[in-house]
Amino acid sequence: MPERRIFLERRSYRMRRVMDAVRLWPLVGLALWMVPLLWPLPTGSTDPMPMSVALRYLFGVWLVLVLGTGALWWRTKGGETVDETDPAAPQES
Amino acid sequence: MVALNELVLVCLAYVAGLFLVAFLAERAALRGQGGALLRSPLVYTLSLSIYCTAWTFYGAVGYAARSGLEYVTIYLGPSLVMIGWWWGLRRLVRIGRSQRVTSIADLISSRYGKSNLLAIIVTLMAVIGVTPYIALQLQSVVLSLSIFAGTGAGVDYNPVTAALWVAGGLALFTVLFGTRNLNVNERHHGVVIAVAVEAVVKLVALLAVGIFVVWGLGGGVGDTLARIDASSIGHWEVQGSRWAALTMLSAAAFVCLPRMFQVMVVENDDERYLQIASWAFPLYLMLMSLFVVPIAVVGLDLMPAGSNPDLFVLSLPLSQGQNGLAMLSFLGGFSSATSMVIVATLALSTMVSNHIVMPIWLNTRQGGAMQSGDVRHVVILARRLSILLIIALGFFYYRVSGGSSALAAIGTISFGGVAQFLPALLGGIFWRGATRSGAICGLGVGFAIWVFTMLLPSFGMGAPLTPDTFERGLWGLAWLRPQALFGIEGVDPTVHAVVWSLSLNALAFVAVSIVSFPDPIERLQGAQFVNVLDHSGPARSWTASVAGSEDLMIMAQRILGAVEAQAFFRAEAARQGITGRLPEPTPAFVQALERELAASVGAATAHAMVSQIVGGTSVSVQDLLAVADESAQMLEYSNQLEQKSREITETAAKLRSANEKLTQLSLQKDGFLSQISHELRTPMTSIRSFSEILRDTGKLSEADKTHYASIIHSETIRLTRLLDDLLDLSVLENGQVTLRISEDRLQAIIERAVTTALAGAGRALQVHTVVGDIDVVLRTDVDRLVQVFINLVSNTRKYCEAAHPELTIQVHRADAVLWIDFIDNGRGIDREAQSVIFEKFYRISGVEGEGAGLGLAICHEIMVRLGGSIHYLAGHSGTGFRVTVPQTAIVEASEKPVLYPVI
Repeated sequence: MPERRIFLERRSYRMRRVMDAVRLWPLVGLALWMVPLLWPLPTGSTDPMPMSVALRYLFGVWLVLVLGTGALWWRTKGGETVDETDPAAPQES
Repeated sequence: MVALNELVLVCLAYVAGLFLVAFLAERAALRGQGGALLRSPLVYTLSLSIYCTAWTFYGAVGYAARSGLEYVTIYLGPSLVMIGWWWGLRRLVRIGRSQRVTSIADLISSRYGKSNLLAIIVTLMAVIGVTPYIALQLQSVVLSLSIFAGTGAGVDYNPVTAALWVAGGLALFTVLFGTRNLNVNERHHGVVIAVAVEAVVKLVALLAVGIFVVWGLGGGVGDTLARIDASSIGHWEVQGSRWAALTMLSAAAFVCLPRMFQVMVVENDDERYLQIASWAFPLYLMLMSLFVVPIAVVGLDLMPAGSNPDLFVLSLPLSQGQNGLAMLSFLGGFSSATSMVIVATLALSTMVSNHIVMPIWLNTRQGGAMQSGDVRHVVILARRLSILLIIALGFFYYRVSGGSSALAAIGTISFGGVAQFLPALLGGIFWRGATRSGAICGLGVGFAIWVFTMLLPSFGMGAPLTPDTFERGLWGLAWLRPQALFGIEGVDPTVHAVVWSLSLNALAFVAVSIVSFPDPIERLQGAQFVNVLDHSGPARSWTASVAGSEDLMIMAQRILGAVEAQAFFRAEAARQGITGRLPEPTPAFVQALERELAASVGAATAHAMVSQIVGGTSVSVQDLLAVADESAQMLEYSNQLEQKSREITETAAKLRSANEKLTQLSLQKDGFLSQISHELRTPMTSIRSFSEILRDTGKLSEADKTHYASIIHSETIRLTRLLDDLLDLSVLENGQVTLRISEDRLQAIIERAVTTALAGAGRALQVHTVVGDIDVVLRTDVDRLVQVFINLVSNTRKYCEAAHPELTIQVHRADAVLWIDFIDNGRGIDREAQSVIFEKFYRISGVEGEGAGLGLAICHEIMVRLGGSIHYLAGHSGTGFRVTVPQTAIVEASEKPVLYPVI
């Protein structure tokens, strides 16, 4: 039954990519939350970053991260063992 | 205004409610009910919220009022750790479950070879690091109470007495619900449920205050944001270094704080909850910190100058006449403080009792675990005393510090202390090369730097560090200034302390790990921890199986409880297929038991207790060598077995071939017997017939009589000859023949043979003898040699088919041997027959003659006895035989021939 096999392969392929996303997501969060390091401080010649913008940015990122993590959980909750048997997973030793 | 007494009543009612919830949860768990709620991911996530203490509830607003958005770093770090659950927490939780870890000290000590020293170091560091934090919670409750006390008229409010009451209440709660059951892995359902309820209360309280501030006071989101921009903290002014360092510090502390480890790893029921918490907990943190800045800004606007911003959450609703909201807010703060104190105390008391009190108690009692009496009450007592001790420490720290420092500062210092566990923890679960020495050195270095650059300076100039030390460095060494280590100045003190302590900690840890060598248990545990995701196998096996099951049973009963221990042992016995009560103390069983005990008293203590009974303290290098030696011996033994088996196979093959030979011989014997009876029968038949004729026939002529008698005579001679031959052959074959050695010339021997062979009646045979100058003297059994020659000559005379038979006897000398060839002018012998002519009773078919077929067989035997040989000489037209006389039989020409027998 070739059609069925294609379906399964596609599913496990998708699952592996989702697990990749699970691994990378915190790095995305770290990068986004370290963006404030680039913002100008009041001592500089440029206009300082208004607090309201900073608040919106930080909490916006927070919300996106929470939603993203929730979505990843939703996608992987059925097959949480996939990462264990994933030969493409990075070797941890 | 709310009267203090009223507040205390509400507070007591709330606490009573918590007690009730905890009690009901414990009872439900004991009865096995309510599992869905008690073990739900929601409760797990809410229990993680003990990260948000009074520091968050009150302190975050104060923090924001002083430093703007910097406060948010304290929640960004943990959010990242949770979102990155796949990298670290998953592994940590798996290790915690598979190794039945009871605390972070237990985890680190277990990883580094179950070292109790390391457990003690971690425990002490945790106590020192967390005590200020507990003091902070007491302080926050007392401060919040003072707000109400300040407004109530005529109430005598003593903060120290209030702190004492709060501390006593917390101790009572923790003792009641934290030490009900001994097995930590059975989990504290009452405590966890109470913590979850408090988590909801504090979130609701903070959100309520926030909503009131934004929509009630600030006039909506847009207005509030505008007000924020216009305030004194209206700009982004966080230093990059502080932003990054504090985020990292809070992430590290989130993993390393004993109370977080307790709820996240120890109380974890299901690994899958971790992933649910990975989005739910960041969401909780986000909601907790969402309204912090608005509250701070509105508070700064509305509250009179000089008000403590740490208490805006409480004082703001109170100043607006929102007594109900203020009460809720107070309960939220109270919840934050109490839940943190309860869990932190629980975690620390587990560490203190398992790693400090119990080992000391076991050491002071010789015979230790073997002694009679229930250890359970000792463990529980130790744990209760530890709880009281830790809360007392927190209380005294509060009294000594005077409760003046800002909440945020104390929190950061505490974080810095526990973050020192991070290198040893991460190294332990990711790097097999991490060693105990490395962990001890790293922890020591990090802790020392933390004390010097963070803890001591927090007490201010004067005591305990003098201003001189700040200016010129410790002992006058300029590079040892607490806020400018190695002469690097101008760095923010917190960043300075965090960067130096953690980096030097990690450096010492890695460097010492690289140069030191771990002992066997460490290496085994290291492999277990690092490869926990590949196989959650057993930790390490007990090599000795001398542990008496009974002793183990006695000990287990006293720690696990009689019923549980008996059930455990019975289950194991059933698994082993033993009908009795006690199982065999197999290594696997002892290990399972140790792990079961470890859940109650910690890995190191359980290991020590089991080792006292089992005998061997641990797997030493010697043990490993012994094991290796044993396997080498087994290998050798197996090699020997293999060789023996090979020998047996060879012997069997030999026996088989011998058997085949015997069968063949038996056949030959049968053939021989039938042949010989046939040979004997023929002359016997004619003798019988002719003797019967002579006896029974009366009238016989003399000529007939003579004729018949001569036939009988000749048949008798033939019979005699046959018997002689047989006897001769038998003697020769059995090697019983005695050679009569004498010397004679070859020519003479041949002549004698030819003369004898040609004597008597028979066909004419012409014999040519070619001896030439090879007429050597032979020293052998001459008579036997003559017999061979006679046989050959008379064979020719009998069987040669030529019309005028001729025999040529030719002598050759080649190298060492002497050949005598007998070649006639007959037809020769067929190729097929050539190989069998020397067999007994062989006669060429179709040839008439009187021989029994023994002549050539006898010749062959004789020549073998004489050391020579005889074989058929192919390649001639006639029949040819070659007799080979060995070198030893030849007497050289120089020697004088002796013509008489020498014997």
